[in-house]
Amino acid sequence: MYKRDLEHIPSGCAISGILNRKGKRIDGRKIIKSIALMHDRSNGLGGGFAAYGIYPKYKDYYAFHVMIDDEESRNRFECYVNQHFTVEHDEKIPTAKVNGIHNPPILARYFVKVGEGKLEDAGIAEEDYVVRQVMHVNSNIPGAFISSSGKNMGGFKGVGYPEDIAKFFKLEDYNAYLWTSHGRFPTNTPGWWGGAHPMTLLDWSVVHNGEISSYGINKRYLEMFGYKMELMTDTEVIAYLFDLLVRRHKLPIRIATAALAPPFWKDIDAMPEPQRKAYTAIRSVYGGALMNGPFSILVGFTGGMIGLNDRIKLRPMIAAEKGDFMYMASEEAGIRVIEPEPEKVWAPKAGVPTIGLLDEGVEL
Amino acid sequence: MSTPGVMATQVPPEFTVEINERKCVRCKRCTTECGFEALTYSREYDAIVADDAKCVACHRCVTMCPKHAIRVTDNSLAYKANANFSDIHRKNILKQAETGGILLTAMGCDRDYPVLWDHILIDACQVTNPSIDPLREPMELRTYIGRKPDCLEFDPDSDPLKLKTELAPNLKLDVPVVFGGMSYGSVSYPVHKSLMLAAERCGTFMNTGEGGLHRDFYRHKDHVIVQCASGRFGVHEEYLNAGAAIEIKIGQGAKPGIGGHLPGEKVSEDVSKTRMIPAGTDALSPAPHHDIYSIEDLSQLIYALKEATRYRKPVGVKVAAVHNIAAICSGIVRAGADYISIDGFRGGTGAAPRVIRDNVGIPIELALAAVDDRLRQEGIRNQTSLICGGGIRQSSDVIKAIALGADAVMIGTSALVALGCRVCQKCNTGKCSWGIATQNPRLTARLDPEEGAQRLTNLLNAWSHETQEVLGALGVNAIESLRGSRERLRGVGLDEKTLEILGIKPAGR
Repeated sequence: MYKRDLEHIPSGCAISGILNRKGKRIDGRKIIKSIALMHDRSNGLGGGFAAYGIYPKYKDYYAFHVMIDDEESRNRFECYVNQHFTVEHDEKIPTAKVNGIHNPPILARYFVKVGEGKLEDAGIAEEDYVVRQVMHVNSNIPGAFISSSGKNMGGFKGVGYPEDIAKFFKLEDYNAYLWTSHGRFPTNTPGWWGGAHPMTLLDWSVVHNGEISSYGINKRYLEMFGYKMELMTDTEVIAYLFDLLVRRHKLPIRIATAALAPPFWKDIDAMPEPQRKAYTAIRSVYGGALMNGPFSILVGFTGGMIGLNDRIKLRPMIAAEKGDFMYMASEEAGIRVIEPEPEKVWAPKAGVPTIGLLDEGVEL
Repeated sequence: MSTPGVMATQVPPEFTVEINERKCVRCKRCTTECGFEALTYSREYDAIVADDAKCVACHRCVTMCPKHAIRVTDNSLAYKANANFSDIHRKNILKQAETGGILLTAMGCDRDYPVLWDHILIDACQVTNPSIDPLREPMELRTYIGRKPDCLEFDPDSDPLKLKTELAPNLKLDVPVVFGGMSYGSVSYPVHKSLMLAAERCGTFMNTGEGGLHRDFYRHKDHVIVQCASGRFGVHEEYLNAGAAIEIKIGQGAKPGIGGHLPGEKVSEDVSKTRMIPAGTDALSPAPHHDIYSIEDLSQLIYALKEATRYRKPVGVKVAAVHNIAAICSGIVRAGADYISIDGFRGGTGAAPRVIRDNVGIPIELALAAVDDRLRQEGIRNQTSLICGGGIRQSSDVIKAIALGADAVMIGTSALVALGCRVCQKCNTGKCSWGIATQNPRLTARLDPEEGAQRLTNLLNAWSHETQEVLGALGVNAIESLRGSRERLRGVGLDEKTLEILGIKPAGR
């Protein structure tokens, strides 16, 4: 393929997501086909996938996907994880040899539980405990990086084109009810394995096209609540903001997204009470969480998928539905290549979340 | 000790006033314009004669002369050059040798300390993220000043959305600039009126300063912050309720550690009524509040004021930026202040001892950065808002201050300059030719509050537009995405430690 001069391509990344609302699990072929179609939106410096529902056997355990530099780092990490968790099972993440994927780290997964007594000692909720340990490993254990930490889900990512990353991780062999994917065109951060998308924390995963121009304040805002930004990327703040607003502050998703990409004041001023008061409060209290600058994101979590654009939609996003399936992608072609006849196709509005949730009562 | 007689002064005039005889039409207007009586008409010579010693370079005569016949220049002394004993040092020693007194001055520190704003540069978007055109897209500057909760709670069953959390009162600012405290007494009635009208029109606030509020102005209460200082001048229940917020003034940047100082010459009949002190007496605020000798005492006053106003108004605290400002502000937040005004050492004053003004305190840039950092480390930044001031001269200073972590800035000197002030630093004399820092009715009549309000409104509008331009260049469309976003600032020519305190990277990184 003709390779253009990187500096002259002012485009960003590709994202794609598929959700089955009934919780029916499908293998990785569709999502790979979708993201591969948008090949030109990435530059081979990062690709990745998040898959939900892939570990039914270990669904009550936190699945730590870990990138490890060498045996010494592995020892350090295992020593730490054994100290802070009960490891039910660990294994190498299966990979295949693929042209175009170079120098992968050691990739392993650990299915863990928080040991009894740990929480009492720490005096915090279980999930906060897990967050604290993940942050500790990623900041303080050299050569080890927990790239995903949710239950019954996993992030698979690395340096390469997304379709190559998929082959490398053998994603055809996994079955998930929710897939998100990302093809990366890094401009502002070096292309390294940990820096690829999705960015995850607990069961939150984020794939992101764009740049968060408000990164500086979002980071400082999150630091106030104990989060540590380690990845030199703006995308991780998105995962942490969802964690803070939805899990810790217990805001309904619609309100959380209204904090992250809020309506303009002129629209808020025109709202009737009590809405006006509510939105005014959201903006004045959560100003530090406002994500400004161009972005379209897909946020995956156990209960479904959220698509969100910045307040003036500076990055593309198309959504579609067919039967129990919901699709979101950077380009319509990325959806039509796997679902040629969707029942409904639409372009989500700026700052308005597109929320796909599992139907109530779905057993995973 | 015998009382020395009055000595003939050896202090040379600071300025030279030249009247161009050919241009001058002897209209004598300059003789009445000069508030300092430096110009007189000589019948004998049919000429305007200047007493250079009285000229303060306020440029009233220069501006008003219909023939542009007047020039004021520096009186270059040709003292033998000396890098250590400058002309200023020598003149100050002469003055003190003649009077034995404290050197009094006014307005902000005019010494050549580094201005850090001028060593900070702002980012902009190129390619990877688009800049936003403020002429075509919304660009929001609205800011809320006051205490905010850590998080919000909503009624889960209510549609439409209904808030469950009870919010503390906040001030809504359409532009993140307020007029800083300047008391009635130090400035004139038309200045207060101009500030009030402009605040109303721009959707912001003026601060009464520590001299109370003239009753005429009670109707502008929605755009007024009333101050309560150590002298308690003009403070009574009605006054406390006559504003949208209350500010306890602990200190001011120009004179940390000492109280306000209004010379008796400026205590006119009206000022005396507003301040509730006898006319013609010096109004000297005590250095500390005599009911605040510790942080817990401050807390008591904060809550006393909140009680007096039924918790309907934010109560803020104004402090001067001093060495330990971060810890002080942390204490102030914990004492219950809804906002803190931090005044840097370049902040203005109507009168201050020169030794204090020019040597005490720290720059606002460093104070602000240190305070914002500390409050974030302690997880209490949202419990208060930060208003900073002390030498804010232009919109870029505002932008940089907000990016360092301020919610809003306060301006005093800049507002007065907009009204005509030439920063001659003679406010303490009460002779201001521009009708600003005087109570002489002949002089105050020169300032038309309508025109003054227009000039101030224009200034704030201009700064708003410029701020919006920069936000657009930064690729963000709301001021909260700039606030505290130090990642968008870079330092030039700053040492590593200063960069570390400011929390910014050097340019090139």
